[in-house]
Amino acid sequence: MPEQLAFTIEVFLNGLMAGVLYALVALGFVLIYKASGIFNFAQGVMALFAAMTLYGIMNGQVPFAHLINAIFGTEIHYFGWNVPALAAILLTIGVMILLAWMVQRFIFRYLVGQEPIILFMATIGLAYFLEGVGDLMWGSDIKTLDVGLPQGINETIDETTFGWFGYGFFIDNLDIVASIVAIILVAALVMFAQYTKQGRAMRAVADDHQAALSVGVSLNFIWILVWSLAGFVALVAGIMWGAKSGVQFSLSLIALKALPVLMLGGFTSIPGAIVGGLIIGVGEKLFEFLIGAPYLGGATENWFAYMLALLFLVFRPQGLFGEKIIERV
Amino acid sequence: MLDQTEGYTTEDGRKIGGVVMEMRNITLRFGGVEAIKDISFDIREGEIRAIIGPNGAGKSSMLNVISGFYVPQEGQVFYKGAPRPPMKPYQVAQQGIARTFQNIALFEGMSVLDNVMTGRLTHMKTGLFSQSFWLGKAEKEETENREVAEKIIDFLEIQAIRKTPVSRLPYGLKKRVELARALAAEPSLLLLDEPMAGMNVEEKEDMSRFILDVNDEFGTTIALIEHDMGVVMDLSDRVVVMDYGKKIGDGTPSEVRGNQAVIDAYLGVAHD
Repeated sequence: MPEQLAFTIEVFLNGLMAGVLYALVALGFVLIYKASGIFNFAQGVMALFAAMTLYGIMNGQVPFAHLINAIFGTEIHYFGWNVPALAAILLTIGVMILLAWMVQRFIFRYLVGQEPIILFMATIGLAYFLEGVGDLMWGSDIKTLDVGLPQGINETIDETTFGWFGYGFFIDNLDIVASIVAIILVAALVMFAQYTKQGRAMRAVADDHQAALSVGVSLNFIWILVWSLAGFVALVAGIMWGAKSGVQFSLSLIALKALPVLMLGGFTSIPGAIVGGLIIGVGEKLFEFLIGAPYLGGATENWFAYMLALLFLVFRPQGLFGEKIIERV
Repeated sequence: MLDQTEGYTTEDGRKIGGVVMEMRNITLRFGGVEAIKDISFDIREGEIRAIIGPNGAGKSSMLNVISGFYVPQEGQVFYKGAPRPPMKPYQVAQQGIARTFQNIALFEGMSVLDNVMTGRLTHMKTGLFSQSFWLGKAEKEETENREVAEKIIDFLEIQAIRKTPVSRLPYGLKKRVELARALAAEPSLLLLDEPMAGMNVEEKEDMSRFILDVNDEFGTTIALIEHDMGVVMDLSDRVVVMDYGKKIGDGTPSEVRGNQAVIDAYLGVAHD
């Protein structure tokens, strides 16, 4: 049954594309976790915040407009200009770096050497704080982010596959772009970590704080750098998800989808985040298509990833690529 | 100001230069416990200076004061003639003081070469931007520093394990890699915290030879802590003896050996 096969392949490809986006979010988690041992619950909100900031800058929104208007009785909302997408992205990167600095300066500098659970709680606090600040700065209405990425069905793939199978695949251009961007981003991050002085210092800090200090690495600087990188990854994820499904609160919930990805891939592995993301993406789409929809009444996508993660927790708690958990007594 | 010119000649005829580091009336407390009580001594250029003493004497604390991991409550540290303000360990490292640790602190996930290269971090000056885009300056710098690292790897005879992840190495080799990393910084002062702890006789001999060679070849000033008395007496030019946080002796190995307080506190108790 070639038609069924064609459907399956299409679902598979769409799963891969969705997986890339999951991986993108998971990547932000891995970066921070590796270098500082902090599980950053705020990663999803950072993506939301980055997307909101980008939208705000592009459309010339006045930050804290509601607050200003409420206090001074004014009626300002827009500067009345539009910033080109590229310039706005650069400015947003600046904002995310500033955020990274503030997070380190005002929160984690005081929590060095604390229990992981305390650091984790701090990031939950950060998530809610950032969510509130984001709403206050840019307003909580749903926004459509358009940075000029191609959207809609890819005609070439549609026509080619129609020629092959007599059935045209629906692959979204945005997903293709997202995949390419993700691949470039990952390659760049890996190269940065492997071949630059700061990357080497970053790996050093991830490995052993004391030893890193003894070779002259400032932990503070590296942590700011890592949070900045995570902020940058959050921005990329925010752009992709924002273009796909709008900039709104639910964007921050993609962080929850990153959790099973991390459990699969391991919290400490960048390749793990990628492979984990792809497995979850493909797995949940194929499961829904082959088993969920026909036999289980559908909507399995909501829980499939978590079930898979549970299985991994039972049988391979360190994930596919994570460092093996060894307790020495 | 300290007299930088005055030096001395060792028993084996090496010229020792001026003072690199001076500890003046250092007192270090942890809560109510005084780990170091009012200790003063100096380390001179080109010498091998040992700090010895029984367990809990405060030797490691002293090394941690020198390398900036602990900040003393009282006293002043002078480095290259100038008083050193309290600073973070990484700043001390950037000033040219490298160290090893008693319980090996290597980057386990990295290869030996990468570990040694981290020792070069303080010598790499190009910024984040040119590093990120691997501009000409960054590439040239990487090549130059790589050469230094390779030279040290050769010197310590660890070429064969250059690419091996450190976590796979046996203990003795790890110690040597740690020495290589510290040495890669081309430090003005090299601090070794029990470089021979946990080693067998053969490994100890190798390590002693390397320490002497390093001092001889690069003229590196070395301060070390060691338990093995025989090793200390053979290696060092001058020895500080600590007991219960106090300095009870300071001088050449033979002077220290003859010091009654030292014999009572440490050497004599076990053997004579």
